[in-house]
Amino acid sequence: MHMADALMTPAVAGTMYACSGAAMAYSIKKVREMEQPDKIPVMGVMGAFVFAAQMINFSIPGTGSSGHLCGGLLVSAVLGPEAGFLTMAGVLLIQCLLFADGGLLALGANLWNMAFYGCFIGGLLIWKTVVRKGVTKKRIVAASIAGAVFSLQLGALSVTLETLASGITALPFGIFLSVMQPIHLAIGFVEGVITAAVLVFVYEMRPSLLWGYEDAKQETGLTAGNRRVGKSGRLTLKQTAGTLAAAAFVIGGLFSLAASAEPDGLEWSLEKVAGSAELTASGDIYEAASGLQETAAVLPDYGFRGNGSAAGTSFSGIVGGIAVIAVCTGGCYVLRFFRRKGKDGQSAESHSRSA
Amino acid sequence: MDSLQKAIAALHEADAEAARRSTGDRMHPAARLVVCGGFLAATMSFGKYDLSGVLGMSLYLIVTAVWEDISLRKGFWRLKYLLLPLLLLCAANLLYDRYVVFCIGSLPVTGGMLSAAVLLAKGTFTMYAAYFLILSMGIDRLCMTFRRMGAPEGMVTVLLLTYRYLIVLLKETQRMVQAYALRSAGKKGVHMSAWGSFAGMLLLRSMDRAGDVYDSMLLRGYNGAFPCEEGQKRAGKGRNILYAAVWLGVFLILRSVPVFHLVGGLLCGQI
Repeated sequence: MHMADALMTPAVAGTMYACSGAAMAYSIKKVREMEQPDKIPVMGVMGAFVFAAQMINFSIPGTGSSGHLCGGLLVSAVLGPEAGFLTMAGVLLIQCLLFADGGLLALGANLWNMAFYGCFIGGLLIWKTVVRKGVTKKRIVAASIAGAVFSLQLGALSVTLETLASGITALPFGIFLSVMQPIHLAIGFVEGVITAAVLVFVYEMRPSLLWGYEDAKQETGLTAGNRRVGKSGRLTLKQTAGTLAAAAFVIGGLFSLAASAEPDGLEWSLEKVAGSAELTASGDIYEAASGLQETAAVLPDYGFRGNGSAAGTSFSGIVGGIAVIAVCTGGCYVLRFFRRKGKDGQSAESHSRSA
Repeated sequence: MDSLQKAIAALHEADAEAARRSTGDRMHPAARLVVCGGFLAATMSFGKYDLSGVLGMSLYLIVTAVWEDISLRKGFWRLKYLLLPLLLLCAANLLYDRYVVFCIGSLPVTGGMLSAAVLLAKGTFTMYAAYFLILSMGIDRLCMTFRRMGAPEGMVTVLLLTYRYLIVLLKETQRMVQAYALRSAGKKGVHMSAWGSFAGMLLLRSMDRAGDVYDSMLLRGYNGAFPCEEGQKRAGKGRNILYAAVWLGVFLILRSVPVFHLVGGLLCGQI
């Protein structure tokens, strides 16, 4: 789900940076308030763990394919959502810089799509709610699957919206959404199962590592050896899991299908109000803006600027491009030659001095 | 070579290359960061059909690669992470945008073809820009720059620690995967029955390691902050400002003036 820089415009990338920046500022404030300096190395090592664990192929029986664990949810289940978000930010930045997995300017969007939803929706909203009244294996499985499914569904929806808002694809919104949501529903389920398997193992081996375990233990007054939680008057595990699964299927399947068949809200509203899906405007400001757009657009109306033949203009552009690149490259080689010559001269001079 | 081995090799190579380059590099990392940001913003701001404009941005990459002796071929493998989503969107554009813009001989060039070419060019250029950035300074200097620019201490420390422990944990994961593969008679991936214990064990080991790391840090005088001073003498402020200003000016010109068209027109006698 890592987005490349090519899929976004600077305006969309900037907006997403602002959103992720706000989440990061909040997380930093919360982590500072905790005053747990020993948590910093744990965050670093957890980040490295998520990176390494995502490279393990967990084979899915009967399909021949493999899945990976849901990093955002996993770190949140161990460190808490705020520290988890900061950890995931470090992981995503390293992935982007060292492995080109996601763009540098698209980092804000990637943080939002993967870290924010994974940590704050999957971790804070779903994990914390499900395990609040006590940690059991069933609750871990339910929270992991629901958290992974929901965070991936929201992430996929955001990717679709960000790509379309950037206007780089001709793919209609409905079709894009109907491709993205169901496939991420399946991926989310598999990631949730893998994450659940890891967290259940941790629960069996060292339950105190899980975020919310101690709080739930204090709240319910139960000991580590007696982890079952009594009736709380809330939804049962089956009801919670069923409701969440049904909601996920509605969002992932039916909602996207409905969206693909109908026009978007803006077009519908315009057609109802103005009788046409497109509005025309007149006036000095409109003409000035239109003129500016025509001047700035290198390929207005799919055509090339000017009245000459499009192919001829394009040919001149290619010739010009090759010429400019050749001159610049040649210039650089010449300058580098003189720079090296200068360095050689300096080193020879220093040698003779020392001799 | 499996993906884990490749990742370890790539990290070692990036580390070594950054160390080699940063010893001779007198440019301030902040100036490089600003230029890289400017390049990315300018490249991303071109319209979806503006192929000649986007191609103009290759000037920065070519000049930097030649001037700083960076092999473009070496960084090409990094494209594999971008290629799948880019190709999917390119295919969608080819399918949905069939308006013929012009013809080259008898071959019609559609809007989809143009936008697909723009998308691929943007993807490749922005990937190379990030590659140049990390190659010229490495994670350590980048973190120092972030810190000097006011990034929170905790965030920078987490980033540094994640990077430092990445190689250690990747090697540990590789050992575990190798041991598992040797016992599983050539089966691909980790079987469902071992999902939890396999990654869970790695997680527990990682947590123990984190405790040891923290104890070692305390023993070495860690007080919540890493020192971020550079021992090497860098170029003067003026030179860094000039470097950034020249490149930002070039990006502005390339973004606002159709340089390629003008030069081509001049050469073809159209102007």
